[in-house]
Amino acid sequence: MEVLSTIRVPAKLDHLHALIGMVSNCAKEQGLGEKRINEIEVAAEEALVNIFHYAYQGQGGDVEISCKVERGRTFIIEIIDAGMPFDPLAVSEPDTTLDVAERQVGGIGVFLIKKLMDEVTYRRDGNKNILALAVDLRT
Amino acid sequence: MEITTRQEKSTTVVMVQGRIDAVTAPEFENYLSSLIAKGDRRFIVNLGALEYISSAGLRSILATAKRLKAEQGDIRFSGLQGPVEEVFKISGFYSIFKIFDSDASALNDV
Repeated sequence: MEVLSTIRVPAKLDHLHALIGMVSNCAKEQGLGEKRINEIEVAAEEALVNIFHYAYQGQGGDVEISCKVERGRTFIIEIIDAGMPFDPLAVSEPDTTLDVAERQVGGIGVFLIKKLMDEVTYRRDGNKNILALAVDLRT
Repeated sequence: MEITTRQEKSTTVVMVQGRIDAVTAPEFENYLSSLIAKGDRRFIVNLGALEYISSAGLRSILATAKRLKAEQGDIRFSGLQGPVEEVFKISGFYSIFKIFDSDASALNDV
């Protein structure tokens, strides 16, 4: 696995644009198209914003994001925080058939990540949450 | 993100350009709230020049729609394309909102 780029910053919304910009540049360098890059940006934003809001429960903490390439075939965005255990894949899917009055947007972020990425994996390693968003480079 | 508005009889057409993400969504929602506060009730939001939307943007739209519903208002969308159209589709927003190809068709539909 080749690491292309890594940044670690405080898990705050102020850093969103810098983090997304890094991911976007890596994706561009891998030759991904504009549409796929936009989808990657959305998925990465959703994962990061969840961490900004919930991981540290009001305490400060860092988030680290890395872009990697596996066997030249898969582009991976790995997002690591040391906040409370949170497996986004365990979040139940939102009911996308409800009308405006009943509709909640909670859960849509994770739903978008799952729909837009080719593969999403989560693991808890020691005190860390490690979320990997994978995109096939061959399509 | 850049927002411009124009009036078409009793309808306010809101054009939003650029990106609605977790950073800019509150600004977008506040802008629409201020229009509702000054009495606007019928909206067409033209997303033709919007390049990017995340769930934070969807949340701001939903909050605005709920506020308008409580005031017997109406919100329609026009010009969706590319990634914005895709995010709307995945999220089921096509089934809860009135979505049109153009401002003209949104205005003419009763």
